[in-house]
Amino acid sequence: MLLTESDLQAIGLTVRLASTVTLILLILGTPIAWWLARTKSWWKGPIAAVVALPLVLPPSVLGFYLLLAMGPNGPVGRLTAILGIAPLAFTFRGLVVASVFYSLPFMVQPLQTAFAAVGTRPLEVAATLRASPWDAFFTVAVPLAAPGFLTAAILTFAHTVGEFGVVLMIGGNLPGVTRVASVQIYDHVEALAYDDAHRLAAALMIFSFLVLLVLYAWPSRRNPAP
Amino acid sequence: MARFAALWGIVFVLASVSARAESIAIAAAADLKFAMDDIVASFEAGHPADAVRVIYGSSGKFLTQIQQGAPYDLYFSADIAYPRRLADAGLAASDVIPYAFGRIVLWSVERDASTMTLASLADPKIARVAIANPKHAPYGKRAEEALRASGLWEAVEPKLVYGENIAQTAQFVQTGNAQVGIIALALVLSPELSRRGGYWLIPDTLHEPLEQGFIITKRAANSALARRFADHMGSKPARAVMTRYGFVLPGEVALR
Repeated sequence: MLLTESDLQAIGLTVRLASTVTLILLILGTPIAWWLARTKSWWKGPIAAVVALPLVLPPSVLGFYLLLAMGPNGPVGRLTAILGIAPLAFTFRGLVVASVFYSLPFMVQPLQTAFAAVGTRPLEVAATLRASPWDAFFTVAVPLAAPGFLTAAILTFAHTVGEFGVVLMIGGNLPGVTRVASVQIYDHVEALAYDDAHRLAAALMIFSFLVLLVLYAWPSRRNPAP
Repeated sequence: MARFAALWGIVFVLASVSARAESIAIAAAADLKFAMDDIVASFEAGHPADAVRVIYGSSGKFLTQIQQGAPYDLYFSADIAYPRRLADAGLAASDVIPYAFGRIVLWSVERDASTMTLASLADPKIARVAIANPKHAPYGKRAEEALRASGLWEAVEPKLVYGENIAQTAQFVQTGNAQVGIIALALVLSPELSRRGGYWLIPDTLHEPLEQGFIITKRAANSALARRFADHMGSKPARAVMTRYGFVLPGEVALR
């Protein structure tokens, strides 16, 4: 076996985190992207800027604020205490929350572009055929924007796999809980175990290349025009 | 034309100033954060023309970086084994100089750790205990040894969270995300942390000594400033600072 058991555990955890985050962001990101694509509200600019923040901010900024917020005196820490659930720091749920913030633009922006490309006409036509707005959204807009959903989901998944700084700052490096593949590689390097680091790093390199290949090799599928 | 001449004048002055003043970069283990700041300040006060930059981080990472040619002139490691490796590889321009023994303590901000012992960590009210990662951080290795020697490893291990280095471990405790941590005495005695909570000194009979050492790296073989700073480490003021931050100096007797 090329990879050790703890490497495989780290990979399994990474896949679990990325899938969970992608699923949650599909649900949270779709309405945000829909609204951003169609609104003429004054709020569009500020909201779009907040969504895009993680593209620009260093992970250390997000990690630092989350660490403070999740502590017993932080707003998130107080909230979890009131709700009677365990604190989020050093837990898988904590990583999910952090990654949802961190990967938000990778879900919202491709979806927003896809929705904008669909335009208002198909929906107006659907409305004249007496489709309710919900009906029109799910039977007209979503199928037309399907390539956008695929792109958004792949980018979100891949970006979460590539996450490192935030996890390092709030994860606590627990095997099977918060020690994702990127952190495992960092540990190998710190422990001067370069052979182990090479193997896992190569596996991630190949994975990332394949993901991007899927994304770029079928340009026709990404074309939002029907 | 006159402006051009003025510009050249400035360039010339800057060039001659930088030729006279030397500057060095020091890679220092995270446990030295506060002690080294003080030592550098006192050194620079005596050598106003010289500039000393300190980069703090994990000893293991610095080892890798220096092997790959990182521009550090001195390397202070929390584990003397690392600079020895560099010396063996011909990457040192000095002997490996032992400069201190580190000590580990129990520390908490939300409870008074001075009334605790390692056995208190088994208390079910303590959910999270932070230590540095024993896989590569010297302080983490000693923390694990102390827990094992006390027969508490099995009880405490499920509560452990691992900091990347000793400063991050302190951060987990400082932010309250971990109730207790095993960290460096040097950090607990710093102005930033000493105001918060109490600490309990873990007997050094429970773990291997945390012998720390430094080297002048090969790239600084001809740097007079690097030599001066290395000498300064053995001076009375520098030793006083190290003692103030709880380091046991080579040749002195440890407090228990």
